[in-house]
Amino acid sequence: MSIAREDSSFGRTGSLSAQTRAGWMPDQVRHDGENGGIARKRGRRIFTTPTHLLHALTHAIEAEDLANRDGLLQSLDPRAKLAGALLLIIAATMLHSLIGLGLLFALAVMLALASRIPLTRLFRQVWLGVLAFTGVIALPSPFLVPGKVIATLPVLNWTVSEQGLRSATFLIGRAETAATFAALLVLTTSWPHVMKAMRSLGVPVAVVAVLGMTHRYIFVLMTTAAQMMEARRARQLGPLKAADQRRLIASSAGVLLGKTLAMAGDVHMAMIARGYRGEVRLIDDFRFRARDGVGLLLAATIPAAIFWMQR
Amino acid sequence: MHIPDGYLSPSTCAATFAAAAPFWYVASRKVGRMLNTKAVPLISVVSAFSFTVMMFNLPLPGGTTGHAVGMGIAAIVLGPWAAMLAISIALLVQAVFFGDGGILAFGANALNMAVVGSLVAYGLYRLIAGASPLASTRRVVAGAIAGYAAINVSALMAAIEFGIQPMLFHDASGAPLYAPYPLSIAIPAMMIGHITFAGLAELIITGGLVAYLQRYDVDLLKATAPGAATGVAKGFASTWRTTRKHWAGLAALMIASPLGLLAAGTAWGEWGAEAFQHPEGRAEIAAASHNIAPPETVPAGLEKLSSFWTAPIPDYAPAFMHSHAFGYILSALVGGGLIILTFLALSALAARLRPETPDAA
Repeated sequence: MSIAREDSSFGRTGSLSAQTRAGWMPDQVRHDGENGGIARKRGRRIFTTPTHLLHALTHAIEAEDLANRDGLLQSLDPRAKLAGALLLIIAATMLHSLIGLGLLFALAVMLALASRIPLTRLFRQVWLGVLAFTGVIALPSPFLVPGKVIATLPVLNWTVSEQGLRSATFLIGRAETAATFAALLVLTTSWPHVMKAMRSLGVPVAVVAVLGMTHRYIFVLMTTAAQMMEARRARQLGPLKAADQRRLIASSAGVLLGKTLAMAGDVHMAMIARGYRGEVRLIDDFRFRARDGVGLLLAATIPAAIFWMQR
Repeated sequence: MHIPDGYLSPSTCAATFAAAAPFWYVASRKVGRMLNTKAVPLISVVSAFSFTVMMFNLPLPGGTTGHAVGMGIAAIVLGPWAAMLAISIALLVQAVFFGDGGILAFGANALNMAVVGSLVAYGLYRLIAGASPLASTRRVVAGAIAGYAAINVSALMAAIEFGIQPMLFHDASGAPLYAPYPLSIAIPAMMIGHITFAGLAELIITGGLVAYLQRYDVDLLKATAPGAATGVAKGFASTWRTTRKHWAGLAALMIASPLGLLAAGTAWGEWGAEAFQHPEGRAEIAAASHNIAPPETVPAGLEKLSSFWTAPIPDYAPAFMHSHAFGYILSALVGGGLIILTFLALSALAARLRPETPDAA
């Protein structure tokens, strides 16, 4: 009941983020810049923590901005989008053809363009990260996977196999395509809507409620954590030793855990006070129109066609 | 550790979902019964906590940094079932909204980290901490080891899931369709990183958090410490005294496992079908059997059985491994992990068969 309207949380997170962006993010950059030499290096290490937290916050706010734009995917029902994204990810995972994988990736790019998602954002947020991670994992594959030798490295005499090369391309292609479809979903749909749409895929209502609340408290706790780190930093002279940094992180986690559990108690009492008796109800105000049906049908034909062709 | 989409086949993803599902079901029943209306807010907020802790960058020896998953902490404070749910939700949020870990691979990630990780962390913590007082150093050590072991067992699970892909899925040309490396490469590649750095992050944060809670919020440790002596060291001493021989024995066996390579020949009766076909093998069998000559041909039953089952880790050391000693140590670790898992499954079964106790787990 009281937890049904997750939408309202955005007002809060929005203002929190605005506060953090205006308040201590530039300050932090300035402080890092002031340190010098080894002190700077050591000092920076621990301060990456609030930066990470802030990235997550700004990431969410930017996604919300994109979700409010006027575009193809933004105009579709979240349920159709969620099911469609899942079907396309399944398609990318089950394909046995590199050309097919390329076409699927091209489809993702076209959908992004039609939804006015800047490709630079996809490049920065998805493609580069996936390439850095999966690329490192796929890199040894041409040399390690046995098969038809197509080349030999000049000095090291390592042989490159066709199968290894194909395998590396499959791995990178699949990871990039699947991650792009997943990113398109969250960049064109507000988070509360994605969560509510999960109901239509048979996710239990309690899980959807928990997800909604988790989403809300992630921002609360991340802001708390970032402020704790910042407060500690404000009282610190000179860089901390690595051992002290570890101690600080462990005790910060401890304080945060205490706050978390206290907050769980408060939230519980607030829910009980508003009539919560263990039964979760969600307000489902989606409208499924003809274009949603067409979109979902198109998304479903792709894995179906792949399945039929690869039989 | 967060497996992205595209690394595992759709069937592996489905299988891992199916493997995790009964745990989720049991966990939600248990947590719902135990916490009643408090379950939803508690799991939500602890998931958010786990998510936030995953973003804490920890400086590690050697100038690197790492982050913890927080399964050790969650399991120690809430017990394995609530931890399982909280970490699964945190992983789901990461997969869907932050692209950290795949959506189809969510089942695998949840199975590795949330389900197995929480169970291993909880089991080891309880096992090592025993009935020691809440404020004892032994609990800090127990927490640290539990976190370290849990992340390593999770990594091993992920490595096995990667490693079976090239065996099962390849295209017409023989190119692996998913994760391309066999177990012989996937396991060491994954484990080296986790035994050294990633494991350390979990070790430090779990041990450090137990130490912090002992000093400032000891009540949070009570839920998973039934029968813990309050301030009396007797529990620690007696449990340690009775079990130390076993621990020492286990440690000695694990360390000594490469010594098996030095022992000449094969254990009596452990001959393979090939041993009967080669003159050297036949001579060895005869020598070990009071010079009674083995049968001329391979016993029919043995021949039939030898093609029926091939062990995933043949002869305790992967054949393709260059260093046999390394293979042995690795096999000991794999075996150790499997033994711990079996132990946990059995103790969970025993707990179910016993009448209800006030155990918070």
